[in-house]
Amino acid sequence: MSQDPPAIKPKYYPPILPGHREWPVVRLAKNRKDFVSTVVQSAVASILEHTQDHQALIEELELTLFLERNRLRQNPWKVDPEDEEEFWGKIKGQLVHLSQENSEEARQNAQQMLEQIVSRYAEEIAGNFKQSRYRFARTLIIFGFARLLNAARLKGIKSLWSRELDLPDKIQINGEIDQLRALAKLGTVVMVPTHFSNLDSALIGWVIQHLGLPAFIYGAGLNLFNIGIFAYFMNSLGAYKVDRRKKNMVYLETLKTYSTEALKYGCHSLFFPGGTRSRSGMIEKKLKMGLLSTVMEAQRCNFENHPQGEAAKIFVVPVVLNYHFVLEAPGLINQFLEMQGQERYYVENDEFSNSYKIIKFLFKFFTKGSDISVSIGRGMDVMGNYVNDQGISFDQDGNKIDTSDYFKSLGRIQKDDQRDGEYTRMLSERIVSEFHRNNRVFSSHLVAFAAFQILKNRYNKLDLFNFLRIQPDELVIDYAHFLEVCATLRNKIFEMNQQGALHTAEHLKGKIEEVVEHGLYNVGLYHAKRPALRNKQGLIVSQDLNLLYFYHNRLQGYGLEQYI
Amino acid sequence: MASNNTYNQPVGIIGAGSFGCAVANILAENVPVIMYARNPEVVDEINYKGSSRGIALSERVKGHGDLEQLAATCEVIFPVVPSGNFREMITKVGPFLKPYHILIHGTKGFVVELPEDQNLEEVKFLRKEEVFTMSELIRRETSVVRIGCLAGPNLAKEINEHQPAATVVASRFDEVIDMGQQLLKSERFRVYGNNDLIGVELCGVLKNIIAIAAGALSGLGYGENTRGLLISRGMVEMIYLGQALGGNVKAFLGLAGVGDLVATCTSRLSRNYSLGFRLAQGETLPHILGSMDEVAEGVNTIKITKRLADNYRVRAPITTMLHQVLYEDLPLEEALQYLMKYPFIQDIDFL
Repeated sequence: MSQDPPAIKPKYYPPILPGHREWPVVRLAKNRKDFVSTVVQSAVASILEHTQDHQALIEELELTLFLERNRLRQNPWKVDPEDEEEFWGKIKGQLVHLSQENSEEARQNAQQMLEQIVSRYAEEIAGNFKQSRYRFARTLIIFGFARLLNAARLKGIKSLWSRELDLPDKIQINGEIDQLRALAKLGTVVMVPTHFSNLDSALIGWVIQHLGLPAFIYGAGLNLFNIGIFAYFMNSLGAYKVDRRKKNMVYLETLKTYSTEALKYGCHSLFFPGGTRSRSGMIEKKLKMGLLSTVMEAQRCNFENHPQGEAAKIFVVPVVLNYHFVLEAPGLINQFLEMQGQERYYVENDEFSNSYKIIKFLFKFFTKGSDISVSIGRGMDVMGNYVNDQGISFDQDGNKIDTSDYFKSLGRIQKDDQRDGEYTRMLSERIVSEFHRNNRVFSSHLVAFAAFQILKNRYNKLDLFNFLRIQPDELVIDYAHFLEVCATLRNKIFEMNQQGALHTAEHLKGKIEEVVEHGLYNVGLYHAKRPALRNKQGLIVSQDLNLLYFYHNRLQGYGLEQYI
Repeated sequence: MASNNTYNQPVGIIGAGSFGCAVANILAENVPVIMYARNPEVVDEINYKGSSRGIALSERVKGHGDLEQLAATCEVIFPVVPSGNFREMITKVGPFLKPYHILIHGTKGFVVELPEDQNLEEVKFLRKEEVFTMSELIRRETSVVRIGCLAGPNLAKEINEHQPAATVVASRFDEVIDMGQQLLKSERFRVYGNNDLIGVELCGVLKNIIAIAAGALSGLGYGENTRGLLISRGMVEMIYLGQALGGNVKAFLGLAGVGDLVATCTSRLSRNYSLGFRLAQGETLPHILGSMDEVAEGVNTIKITKRLADNYRVRAPITTMLHQVLYEDLPLEEALQYLMKYPFIQDIDFL
């Protein structure tokens, strides 16, 4: 199926830590109870800091109650605990009582109530990592995926037992692998990948173990825990639960505290900083500040608690995933267009409603997903300065930087939430720019971008929505012209590659005719309607403009439009 | 937070010009000040005579000629050098600056960075990415992130005469604003804060263009009606330009915007105003520039802003006309006539 030589020969990476016992995530799981209570204390303290007087706290609790009862009525999930109604009912009873008083006793009661709620949230969020289960699940996944892959690619059930093909053939990992392994030994790694598909987390999970790194913890959508088998694996792999339906401040604060405390504990973490899958197919431009801010907070605390300089440093490692084919693309792009249009309100839904759908999805992903590349970016400190393999930060002129200096004033580490907020914004800008830099251009991206832009240019007067409504059979591109545009674009892309603005896949080299053919063959390969292909008359046509738009978006943000 | 402690460490100033001296004197009421000057004679003058180029300095201001030591001693530094020397200064001090430093600059100009084979006189257009405010330059050339700027109606001479006044400290960081307020405030000096750093910087830079025009009008003998017209139209032009360059309207309506604009457009103490005035009286630009001992930032700003406005198609008639007067030999009277006929349709359309 693939016409590329693999970028890097499949290689075996020995684990960087010999036993599991040293893994921070294992230590954390052993002390789960203590850890959860640390999270509760710390979250309660920070919520009390935000709500300075009694009245404000009562109002916050009332708002939380209101939102939670709404959620229960409007969007209940199977995974919700059975006593949910009862719990919030009880809170309601107590709250009515409290809001009329302003005594010392009332104040204490309100704080207690806050603690109850936070504990409930923290218990829910905390993962159930079990070392034995991890080993089992990991083996199963590696074995299972690899066999499934063989079965799919070599056609025939017999090849389930063949070892002919392995995941490393299919998934090309490139970039700063050795540095990542080095950094994971020196400090705490926060991996921030782009997010296009629901199986990104499984993919990254596989990459992490393949590279011999200890388990990373990450926040997985609570909806994934609706399904028994998934819940089992998620728990086993160190996932903690994130419920996107809960948007109240108390929950968000508890969630952030959980992440902060885990980072302080030294647990390598995985964030999808875009927050959700990129609906448009574009590289994330705006990142979610919530979880990123926990990186800043944890790093500052680490520096504060270890003023002598032995503090664990946190390294941010951007990772870019690239596909020729994203299975969910039709759904994603439709959601994107709906959201862009007048549909302001969008309900978090649960796409994976049962195990059958999941398994079907998995099978399709591994049978049909064509090549995938995982580009590991250079490690950075929390301020976005590159670090070397020893974890030392450098500025753009190559001068050493002491990262703790960013948090100091008057020679001491000082807490300043507003400053941390600004730093988080700066970090997110750096991550976005690293995403673009580490993006790996595939032939399929090139042809999709060229085809969409050529067609769009013909209808300059139409806005995007009207353009996308044109019947695709009216749109054809002359092949010679198409080749020419692709060649120009490719030259520009190579030039940008030279300047370090992006990366290119190996298969992008060679004769342009072959590259275009490769791209047309692969772009959205298994969709019922193909985003772009060459018809019998030799013309370039699209069967689905929305999909073409989706795949084209991968190259947005580089200013390439002007070369069409 | 730092504001809870009283800051009493020495504060650095880079640049010993008239505005640098004014800032130094204000600071000296609260903290010891170390002033860097390139010229050893100026350092001596500060230390032995208590003045810089004749401007009297507080006795708490000490001169120094070593940037490395200045950076090592002072956590907070105010760079106040003309934009033309800013890059040289910042690259010199850059290696000594650490992320814990706070820099609050007082320079109201742009710096242009072009590819090596181009120069400003020859290019017709400039892109935003090629033009930097001082805070952007600091960010690019050093590892300092906590950056702020000073802006507002701060005519150096009046400040040195201890007249009541106010300034704006702008920064994305509350910490920097707090620090600036703590260091600068006094009974005769108020300090306001603003989080729109770029907006406030743009106010300070762009108002110098209008100041030149105001000086020119006075030089031609026109009175207050004309000036009122110019100031209000100038304001609109600044806002258009500011928006195109990434500032937002609010900053322009504050002390650093309209406050500073009114002060510089009505005072002979302003260098830019007097440059315009002398131009109208018939002196040539090279002659005026040759006889001024400090830089009128507006001259260079006009050159840069014209090229930005052309690129982004911003309506900037005052800038365009002044550019023609300064660099294309258009007689001032003709430029004025053109402006009077310029088809403004609405008074206010930016809100």
